[in-house]
Amino acid sequence: MTPATATPPRARTGWRTLRSLFATPTSTVGVVIVGVFLLLAAIGPLVVPYQPNEQLLTARSQPPSLEHWFGTDRLGRDVFSRVVAGARDIFLLAGGGTALAVLLGTLTGLMAPTLGGWWDEITFRLYDTLLALPALLLALLILGTIGPSRSSVLFVIAIAYTPIVARVVRSVVLSVKTRDWVAAARLQGESLVWIVFREILPSVLPALAVESALRFSYAIFLVASLGFLGVGVQPPAPDWGLMVAEARNYVFTTPWTLAFPAAAISLLVIAVNLAADGLGRALQGETR
Amino acid sequence: MTTPSGLHVHELDVTYSTAPGTLPTVRRATLHVPRGRTVGLVGESGSGKSTLALALLRALPENGRISHGHVTLDDVDLTRLDPEALRAIWRNQVRLVPQDPLPAMNPAQRVGSQLAEALEPEDPRKADRAAIDAVLTNVGLPDPRRIKRAYPFELSGGQQQRVMIAMALLGAPSLLVMDEPTTNLDVTTEAAILDLIRDRVRSDDTAVLYVSHSLGVIASLCDDVHVLYAGEIVESAPVEAIYERPLHPYTAGLLAAVPRLDGRGARHPLRAIPGRIPEPGARPDGCSFAPRCPIATPQCHAEVPTLTERDDGRAVACHRADEIAAGTIDPLSQADADGERTPPRPVPLLEARYVSKTYARPSLRPFSRTSRPGVHALRDVSLDVPRDATLGLVGESGSGKSTFARVLVGLEPADDGTVSLEASPVPARLKDRPRALLERLQMVFQSSDEALPPHRTVHSILARPLTRLAGIPAHEVDGHVTRLLEAVNLPPDYATRQPRALSGGERQRVAIARAFASQPDLILFDESVSGLDVSVQASVLNLLDTLQRRHRTGYLFIGHDLAVVAHLADEIAVLYLGTLLERAPTARLLAPPYHPYTEALLAAVPRPDPHAKPVRPPLEGDLPSPSDVPPGCPFATRCPRPLGPTCDDEPPPLRANAAGDHQVRCHIPLDELEAMQSPLVDARDGSA
Repeated sequence: MTPATATPPRARTGWRTLRSLFATPTSTVGVVIVGVFLLLAAIGPLVVPYQPNEQLLTARSQPPSLEHWFGTDRLGRDVFSRVVAGARDIFLLAGGGTALAVLLGTLTGLMAPTLGGWWDEITFRLYDTLLALPALLLALLILGTIGPSRSSVLFVIAIAYTPIVARVVRSVVLSVKTRDWVAAARLQGESLVWIVFREILPSVLPALAVESALRFSYAIFLVASLGFLGVGVQPPAPDWGLMVAEARNYVFTTPWTLAFPAAAISLLVIAVNLAADGLGRALQGETR
Repeated sequence: MTTPSGLHVHELDVTYSTAPGTLPTVRRATLHVPRGRTVGLVGESGSGKSTLALALLRALPENGRISHGHVTLDDVDLTRLDPEALRAIWRNQVRLVPQDPLPAMNPAQRVGSQLAEALEPEDPRKADRAAIDAVLTNVGLPDPRRIKRAYPFELSGGQQQRVMIAMALLGAPSLLVMDEPTTNLDVTTEAAILDLIRDRVRSDDTAVLYVSHSLGVIASLCDDVHVLYAGEIVESAPVEAIYERPLHPYTAGLLAAVPRLDGRGARHPLRAIPGRIPEPGARPDGCSFAPRCPIATPQCHAEVPTLTERDDGRAVACHRADEIAAGTIDPLSQADADGERTPPRPVPLLEARYVSKTYARPSLRPFSRTSRPGVHALRDVSLDVPRDATLGLVGESGSGKSTFARVLVGLEPADDGTVSLEASPVPARLKDRPRALLERLQMVFQSSDEALPPHRTVHSILARPLTRLAGIPAHEVDGHVTRLLEAVNLPPDYATRQPRALSGGERQRVAIARAFASQPDLILFDESVSGLDVSVQASVLNLLDTLQRRHRTGYLFIGHDLAVVAHLADEIAVLYLGTLLERAPTARLLAPPYHPYTEALLAAVPRPDPHAKPVRPPLEGDLPSPSDVPPGCPFATRCPRPLGPTCDDEPPPLRANAAGDHQVRCHIPLDELEAMQSPLVDARDGSA
């Protein structure tokens, strides 16, 4: 048999999951595109030719060319530089908000059904109330109250998606907590914290990973929508949604100022979805 | 024969293409199922029997392929049919009864319309309703109108399987394949289904192939038997001949692994077949069975034996078949026989008194304060669990036996009654129990899939109770884990594995090791072997016996199969709808007087002997709903020996014999019961 030390099974599992992400062409495409966007977000500002808010008064409303790959807008700002700079914002806001929602949703989704009774009842009635409102409406409501800013966008995403993540976690917890190995742990006198985090949480992870990826793609959309409506990130920040909003009046004169940020939104959302599909398949293979 | 009819399988090879490569799963399988006969196909899990069954219907999964050989059904070569012609065969000529009926039915369609579709696939509306009603009545579903209106999930497991059989019988198929149709059922339901197959499925023109892992079931049903091992047929013979004298050591091993009832209260070790079936693609050179065979020779490890037909018409693939046939060698020669053991006088370790448990069911109407009648899981059950001995607890699903175990260990608090361990009371709730008490009571659960947390290694699973309950210091844990694994006959390097890398039997061994880690006084086994193959089950039962003798641990062993429970138990208690019906030392329980329910259970045990076709007092109907228990005797609705209104109206008394060690809850006095019953367990039965 294979001689193994104490850690390899976990490491090998992670490696296999990573490799099976590339098992189908569609998920490979998704993962690669997300990777490119991530790279741009990380190092983009170092490589772009212009500052995102730099106005080239001599080169306003230029169509795409070798000089300006995506053209310039009517204030003479380089669209390519702005799209790249917007990637960082999207990852910070959508990613950060999603991370917050996943954290809160996982904690409450694990604890409430395990504690049961009133805890479960109160937490999830509250979540149901939040879920009854469409995410965009909820966001407008909150932003209208606390005023638009980057941190309020983060906060809004967390509020909008925590209930959804918690619901997914709860459904897995409910099916896992009656399993025999959980009963065996109780017979060993294990504490509630041990049972929740060591016996139940690992079974939740596959569903959680897929849900997180999906939430992220919705969050990208939400950030862009809020920017477009003017209640999210404020001008002159290079936000994709904001760029689309600013460009929509000039769609016939400078269509490229609209097309490239809009394409960036769609491409990233589609890519994240494809990657999430692959992730789901990979993790499902792991747990049979 | 000039026109061979029925099913012919000729030198069939089946391969699966998987990521690591092509796996040859069935090799050169040849068998014949004539019309009007029932042929058994037997083997352990992983022997390829289901693959073979699916292959001959050409219903393999996408990555499966028939790579060699032919399957002919009434002279039509199924392997050469195009999809259109194959569909016509599926529609009109073959039927499959699967192991698990529920997934095989459409959950959103009423049973009636599914039956109509089985009869008239083209236009279900034209289906002959009278014919459907007749078939339903024929399979023992006396109220066809109710059944037809029901959705599949509204039926009990036994009823679902009856519906599947009814569906299979509609349209008079030429070939009927049954893939372990009774494995998931209670023993009394199994007996009824087997009766049904024996009496009504056999007709003059249906060829029946019955797939099972248990020779016990095959014996009572089939005319011929084919034994499959690692994808190869190793022995083919008429059923009587196989039971009389198995010629292949594997067949002999399978036969010896079936627990039997006998008058001595059993407890002689079962013969388990060591090791497990090689994976397809990792078969050893020579005979596939050689690594597990007690009489293997160097020739067996080098040369592949071929299935050769013998003068007596039997066929066997074994180099030493002639010696076995001549009786010069015992095919089980090295199998262990630990010798008899004298049961110690049971001293009560744990006493349960008048334990009751009712599950409340909330009302279906919102805001209504009246709740629906609760489910009575346990009603005033009093039982002593002995020290260093085994109490067997027998009952069908819904009898409350699992609830009783969960109440004892504290997973469910009882509503009423007391539990005490060595005369000191035990708190009802788990969180009120001190750690010293948890250490003394442990439990092994039913499902090997759920027994172990899937994300941790065996080492971590076993180390936890060692440090937490047994107080082993961290630097000694590794040695203790190794010792625990050795105690359950697993190699020490299994410590690094995760549960999914283990077989069902191995997982259950780890679960047993975990229960023993804290050196408990009492371990509860809740159907812990019923999900295992019969050969694996035998080795686990032997292991439990050895461990009990070594550690002097008390067992409460819960099961639905009396033969298995009687094998291990010193005393047996019978539970029905939460009520204790009978309790006695094993030998006494297996002899009259029986409680009429015990009598029915005993009669239902399948015997691995084609000559034993006992008259069974039929157990009519299903278990009544535990929320609506009959007011008098709980068993009155199904009792084959009813007295009349007394049984329906008055709860029966718990009668005891003169010695006080045999209790029966029945209106009929013990001596009258004894007079009207004949022994159902033959003392010679177990010594065959």
